[in-house]
Amino acid sequence: MSFWKRFSRNRQAVLGMIILALVILMAIFASAFYPDDPFRLAGKPLSAPGTNGFLLGSDSLGRDVASGIAHGAKTSILIGLVATMAAVFIGVIFGALSGYYGGKIDDALMRVTEMFQTIPSFVFAILLVAIMKPSIESIVIAITVVSWPGVARLVRGEFLALKNREFVQACHTLGMGDVQIMLREILPNCLSPIIVVGSLMVATAILIESGLAFLGLGDPNIMSWGFQIGAGRTMLRSAWWVCTFPGVAILVTVLAINLVGEGLNDAMNPRLRERQ
Amino acid sequence: MSEPVSQKLLDIRNLSILLPDGADRRFAVEDISIDLNPGETLCIVGESGSGKSLTARAVMGLLPGPKVRVGAGEINFLGEDTTKVTPERLRDIRGNEISMIFQEPMTALNPVMRIGDQIDEIFRFHVSMPAKERSARSLQLLTDVNLPDPAHIMRAYPHELSGGQRQRAMIAMALALDPKILIADEPTTALDVTTQAQILKLIKELQQQHQTGVLFITHDFGVVADIADRVAVMQYGKLVEMGTVDEVLNAPQHPYTQALIAAIPKLKPRAAREQSKESVLSAHGLRKTFGSKSRFGFGKQARVVHAVNDVSIEVHRGETLGIVGESGSGKSTMARCLIRLIDVDDGEIYVGDQEISKLDRKHMRPHRRRMQMVFQDPFASLNPRIRVGQIIAQGPLLQGVDKEESYKRAKELISIVGLEESAFDRFPHEFSGGQRQRIGIARALALKPDILIADEPVSALDVSIQAQILDLLDKIRKQMNLSMVFITHDLRVAAQVCDRVAVMQYGKVVEIGPTETLFGNPQHDYTKALLAAIPGKDWQAGQVA
Repeated sequence: MSFWKRFSRNRQAVLGMIILALVILMAIFASAFYPDDPFRLAGKPLSAPGTNGFLLGSDSLGRDVASGIAHGAKTSILIGLVATMAAVFIGVIFGALSGYYGGKIDDALMRVTEMFQTIPSFVFAILLVAIMKPSIESIVIAITVVSWPGVARLVRGEFLALKNREFVQACHTLGMGDVQIMLREILPNCLSPIIVVGSLMVATAILIESGLAFLGLGDPNIMSWGFQIGAGRTMLRSAWWVCTFPGVAILVTVLAINLVGEGLNDAMNPRLRERQ
Repeated sequence: MSEPVSQKLLDIRNLSILLPDGADRRFAVEDISIDLNPGETLCIVGESGSGKSLTARAVMGLLPGPKVRVGAGEINFLGEDTTKVTPERLRDIRGNEISMIFQEPMTALNPVMRIGDQIDEIFRFHVSMPAKERSARSLQLLTDVNLPDPAHIMRAYPHELSGGQRQRAMIAMALALDPKILIADEPTTALDVTTQAQILKLIKELQQQHQTGVLFITHDFGVVADIADRVAVMQYGKLVEMGTVDEVLNAPQHPYTQALIAAIPKLKPRAAREQSKESVLSAHGLRKTFGSKSRFGFGKQARVVHAVNDVSIEVHRGETLGIVGESGSGKSTMARCLIRLIDVDDGEIYVGDQEISKLDRKHMRPHRRRMQMVFQDPFASLNPRIRVGQIIAQGPLLQGVDKEESYKRAKELISIVGLEESAFDRFPHEFSGGQRQRIGIARALALKPDILIADEPVSALDVSIQAQILDLLDKIRKQMNLSMVFITHDLRVAAQVCDRVAVMQYGKVVEIGPTETLFGNPQHDYTKALLAAIPGKDWQAGQVA
C-alpha cells in the first residue's frame, strides 16, 4: 500500500495536514495581505475585533493583531524548522556514533547527552538566550541545544538494534567502511522514527519560541506569536483579543503538527501497519 | 459418515476459514474434513502458509478475528459444534477439555509468574479445590513430565529453565485438567534434536496413559514418522492427502506429498569425493570467550561462556566441511570468528598462506574477497532499502571493480542463482524467503571467493525450497571449485552436502571425520546421541535399504 494511502486513512492526520498547509500559506503570503511592518502603529489602540478596520483588533500601541499573526507565522514556522533540522542533525551524529561503536565512545557520548537532559529544557533555553542576547539566531541555537538529546537517544537505540542485523554483517564481510555502513546501510532503515520524532519536535520548538518571546526574550525586531501574547497579557481582562488570537494560532498550529506527526507514525511504523 | 458421532473425539467437517479482503487468497483453509479418535495422534503436515496452524486455532476458537474467521463448516467436539457455542462454554472447553502447546514456550509462558503459580491458575479457574491440593497436584504434574527437582521448578521463573524444561512445563500445564484433546503446534521446532526426541517420547507416553487425542502440527516428516498414527497433508489451505502414517509416508498418492517426501534430505552420507590436499582455510587453537567484564575494577565478573574453546580445523580446496552441533555449541560464533566478524581471543587463522586473525579492519579489507558468508535468515540478511542489483554489485564496487563491470557481474549472478533478470531493479521485500536466500548467495559470490561460509543457510526455509537451495549451492561449488564451511544443526542436511563433518559441543570439536565414517561409526558419545535423536531415522533407513 502506498505511503499516502496509509497516511490518509487517518482522518485526523489529513485534517492536521490541511491546517498546517493553511498556516504555511499564511506565512508565505503574509507580506501580500499585510504589506506594512507589523510593528507599525496602524490605528486606534485597543480597538475591538471588527472595529476601526481591524479584523482581529489592535493592541495597546495600535498594532494590528491580524497582521502580527500573519507575520508571526513566518517566524514560528522558520524557527521550528531550522531548530528541528539542526537538532536532528546533531542528534543523528551523536546517536549514530554512540550506537554503532558502543563501548567507551558510547559511554562518553551518552554521559554528555545525559548532562543536557538533566537540565529542565525550558529553563536551559531561557538561560542560553539570556547569555547570548535575544536574537533569532540565539533562539534557534537555544532550541537546538535543548532538543537534540532526544533524537540522539532514539537514533542510538535504532543503531544498536540494526548494527547486529545480518545485512550489516554482510557489509562487513564485503569490506565496507564504517562511514558507508552507517550512512548507506543503517541510517535509511531508521529514517521513519526520525521523521516522526522530528515532526513532533517542530511543534515543541514553536512552543519554546513562543514561551521565550512571551517572557520578553524573543528577538525584539521580529514579530512573533509569543511576543504578541506577552505584549497583551497585562490587559487580558480589558482587551482579550490581543492575547487570545495569537494563542489560538499557537494552539491550532501545534495541534496540527502533532496530528500530522501521529499520522506519520501510523503510516511509517511497520508494527502498526501490520496491526491494521 | 454412518458412524455415530460419539465415537470420535473431534470431527471437523467441511471447514473453511476466511482471510481478510486483500489477502493473497480468499480462504486460509478451504473445505477440509479431519477427524480424531481417542488415543490417536493425527499429524497435520504442510509448509509455511498451508493453513495448518489456523486449523488448530479454529478448534480452540482462537482465530485472530474479527477478519480471520470460520466461513463455513463445523467443528464437532464430542457432538458439540465449537464454532457455535457461547464464549463462556468455549472458555470452559479450552484448558478443560482441549488444550494446546505452542512452538515457543518462552512466549507462551508468563515471564513474571512462577511456574507453580501458572499451573495453579489453571486449577483455580476451572475447578474448585483447596490450595494445598492444588499445589500437590501441580507438583505431581511436574513430576509426571520428568522434570528434575520439581519442587524447585515450582518456584522458578520461566527464564530460569532451559528450552526443553519450559516445553515440559507447558505440557504439564496443558495436561493439568486431563484434557481429551491436546493440540500441539510445532512444539519441538524451537528445540535441539536431542531435546526434541525426549519431548516427543514424553508426549507419546502421556498420551498412552491418558488416552488423549493428539492433534500434532509440524512441518517435519521425520517427526511425523516418529509420532503419528495418521497424517493429513495440507497445501495452500486444502487437504491434499490423508491416511495412516504408513500409507502417506511410504506410498504417497498426491504429487505434492510425493514431492515433499522426495525433498527431504536422505540420511545417507554422500559418497566420498576425491580430496585435494591444498589447504585453503585453516584455524589453529581458536578461542573466544563471552562474558561481561567488571566495571571500574570492582564487582564480581559475570558468567563467562567459552563459545569457542581451542578449536582447530582445516578446509581443503573444493571440499565442504560441515560443522554440526546443537544451539549454544559455538558453531555460529566459530563461523563469525573465521570470517573475522568477531575478533578471536587466541589462535591463528590462515587463508591460504596469509595469517588473518591479527589483522585490523583496514589490513583485513583486501583479504575479504577470498572468504564470503551466506547467512541464516533471508529476511534479515538483505537491506530492505537497497535494490537487489545494488546489493549484489556492492562487493565488487567496494573492492575497486568499476561500475559497469560490477553491474554486469551482478546480472550474471542473478541468472546463475536462478532468478529472473528483472530482479536487478527490485527491492528485497518483493521476493520470497527462498528467492532472498538466492540473492544472499549471489552477493557472496560476487567477489569470486575461494571459501564460502554458510551459517544455517537453509534452516529458515521450507523443505522443498531447502532442497532447491542445497542443489544450487552444490552446483555453484562444483562450477567455481569453492571450498565451503557449512554450519547446520540438521544432520540430514549435513549428510547430504558435507565431505567431512566436525561435531561441536560446548565450544569444542568433539569429533571430526569423513561424513561416511562419522555417520556409520561414530566414536564420541555426543555424536552417537545426536545421531540417535534424528527424528524419523528408522523410517528413512527403511526407505534407503
